[in-house]
Amino acid sequence: MSLSATEIQARLERILPRVAKPGRYVGGEQNQVTKDWEAIPTRVALAFPDIYDIGLPNLGLAILYQALNARPDVLAERVYLPWIDMEAFLRQERIPLFSLETRHAIADFDILGITLPYETLYTNTLNLLDLAGLPLRSAERDERHPLVIAGGHAAYNPEPMANFIDAFVIGEGEEVLHEIVDVYSEWKAQSGSRPALLRSLARLPGLYIPSFYTPHYTADGRIERIERLHPDAPAQVTKRVVAQLPPPPTRFIVPSIEVVHNRVSVEIMRGCTRGCRFCHAGFVNRPVRERPVSQIVSAIETALQQTGFEEIALLSLSSSDYTNILELVDAVSAIEGQHLVISLPSLRIESFSVELMEKLRGARQGGFTLAPEAATERMRQIINKPIQTEQLLETARAIYSRGWQTIKLYFMIGHPSETLEDVRAIANLCKQVIAEGRRILGHRAALHAGVSTFVPKPHTPFQWVPCDTTEQIQAKQQLLRNELRGPGLKMTWTSPAETMLEAWLSRGDRRLGQVIELAWRNGARFDAWQDQFNPHAWQTAFEQTGLDPDFYTHRMRGEDEIFPWDVISPGVRKSYLLEEYHNSQCQQTRPDCREQCFACGILPTFSSLRRANPGPLWKCPEVGTPRATTEVQP
Amino acid sequence: MNRFRIHYAKTEALRYTGNLDMQKVWERTLRRARLPIAYSQGFHPQARLQQACPLPLGLLSRCEVLDFWLECDATPEEVRSALEPALPPGITLLQIETIPLNAPALQTQGESALYHILLLDPFPPEELLRRCQDCLSAISLPRQRRDKQYDLRPLILELFPLPQSTAQAPRLHLRLTAREGATGRPDEVLLALGLDPSAARIERVELHFREETP
Repeated sequence: MSLSATEIQARLERILPRVAKPGRYVGGEQNQVTKDWEAIPTRVALAFPDIYDIGLPNLGLAILYQALNARPDVLAERVYLPWIDMEAFLRQERIPLFSLETRHAIADFDILGITLPYETLYTNTLNLLDLAGLPLRSAERDERHPLVIAGGHAAYNPEPMANFIDAFVIGEGEEVLHEIVDVYSEWKAQSGSRPALLRSLARLPGLYIPSFYTPHYTADGRIERIERLHPDAPAQVTKRVVAQLPPPPTRFIVPSIEVVHNRVSVEIMRGCTRGCRFCHAGFVNRPVRERPVSQIVSAIETALQQTGFEEIALLSLSSSDYTNILELVDAVSAIEGQHLVISLPSLRIESFSVELMEKLRGARQGGFTLAPEAATERMRQIINKPIQTEQLLETARAIYSRGWQTIKLYFMIGHPSETLEDVRAIANLCKQVIAEGRRILGHRAALHAGVSTFVPKPHTPFQWVPCDTTEQIQAKQQLLRNELRGPGLKMTWTSPAETMLEAWLSRGDRRLGQVIELAWRNGARFDAWQDQFNPHAWQTAFEQTGLDPDFYTHRMRGEDEIFPWDVISPGVRKSYLLEEYHNSQCQQTRPDCREQCFACGILPTFSSLRRANPGPLWKCPEVGTPRATTEVQP
Repeated sequence: MNRFRIHYAKTEALRYTGNLDMQKVWERTLRRARLPIAYSQGFHPQARLQQACPLPLGLLSRCEVLDFWLECDATPEEVRSALEPALPPGITLLQIETIPLNAPALQTQGESALYHILLLDPFPPEELLRRCQDCLSAISLPRQRRDKQYDLRPLILELFPLPQSTAQAPRLHLRLTAREGATGRPDEVLLALGLDPSAARIERVELHFREETP
């Protein structure tokens, strides 16, 4: 199916007038990097397995794109998944999936790097490989095919996609990316075999090569042991971290059509010290590292100059925890530019957040968002997000009285041991908040409750607990729909079927790969799209394989159980997660670990990195040597 | 405040960017050029940009016209040198001039547009000529677009194969009205000719405006 770039271009010209938003498939935007294909030895295709509109603004890929293209010996081009109308044309006209920059077939690249930020992209990933004309399974590919690498948050449990990916990058990509390219170029120069390449890659810290491991199962389906098939493959793959965040990317590609986010995104800080027990990002992104205010401001100024964007997003998991947040907000607000809109998400529930937002120009567009996650004190202790209801109400009063008409509150149902009373409390809390709004603003006050459903995630203190059943979720949602009524109140929720999909994929094992493949063959793709999600295709796939979805979702796991993802270490010890799980059961909270170290394992895991980068670079408090030495033992 | 009019060519991948999105492309270009765009008043200020005669999606053009307002005194040459390095791929600046603030809106001034069409598949020249003539000699060409009936015939001003047209690379000259409320679409003409508009490369080569009465 290999076509030249010119042939692909010629066939495309006849198709593009017939598809929706053809601008998705042509590239050519401001700041796209196009290099001479023939002159560059190592060619990388970077894929986001959803459509252009979703994938283009992805910050992770922007980092990799700019870092790779900065090297004279590498070119990086982009590829996204075609929407359904375009897919039909590509298949009908036998056009292989191609890169936007130079229209080369993806199969002609050396490396295909796929970002997997969330699990509902798995069937899309198979579709991507198939549209590229590549065999789905890693075992069926060889040195004639691109090396298929995946990374991103979902890769912390690589097992469900282990059959399809040659190598997973665990953790932060900024440094290991270059090591991978170097290993690849050296291998290519020697015309080695695919197994030789994988062996060299396995020696790089942070790389997980699934084909070097075989899980063995007990009769009831749990992992008995994970067998290592090659001496070069580490017993456990520890994630990569960069000691210090490098200067952020500034040369963002400016889309020529409307996409989900049209803005300059700057990550002000990585990681979070709050330790909310449901939060995957909070456990896998440790330690906390901040960018200096001056670096953020100068990156924004450069990026505005290079893109012309009118919006800036300051990204982090918990903006209020950024050490010099006030200084940052003042400095960013002073940046020159006409009608700039600046967004600062993930603010703590306190009136200071309202003061911060007031300083930001354009921030009054839209609502003010807060995430209490739970409504009773008991639940908040269990999830370790101890906020006071009175503080929330006080913050709400401040928001409504300073000009915002809409407050968005994010909640989750399905936390461990949650009762219907805990759920009812969500409705009551919302009513209290809107009552404040109506007192201040009258009928203009609005409250939007976004109620998602908790899915237990690997590498968190809740990795042992069952996910709510569909019936439990439905009952809770029904209760909220009944209770959360009234003027100004609006509620949105997640469909239980989508939650189930996320739940079994999140804590799946390698056998689930077969389910994913069959689901895709049964027509599943774009699982993250409500109007495309096809639960029937998945149900059939489970029946075809004889696997039971409930085994993955609703089973209480034993404390000594070996998990499929135990082969991956995020630097946080499993024993620490268990300790935190026990704390949650006795409603014991743990404060911000910037103040005091609770020995999660990050410091001993990265002890030499920390020694080389001491002081305030990491927000971990300094711990004495005796403590550090006792914790070296895993 | 000053009002500028620029003429530009729209090529490459930008042919797949529609008019609404072109507003944003230009707004961001002006922002990169650090030119102080005039914005409308109100809660959601909009950049003051006006495009003449919307170009259908997928078409190339060497004659697009855009008016914009700047909150500064700058000569057209100064604006040009600020714009040039900020232009995205697919836009070529042809001409820039200052025009009176009270000049009529571009959208109301369109008169006609000339298109050159290259058919991507070979086509017999005599048959192409015959179809053009049939089209022109028709009293009416009833067509339906988005559930609306209309007559295409009065919108067609000129239609013939270009002199350099060959069987291998058939080319058409097509002039359509481009007035407010009476704008012909080249793809509709191709359909009326019994040709597939998706197998054609269409370029707008001239835009004619009503003579302004001072």
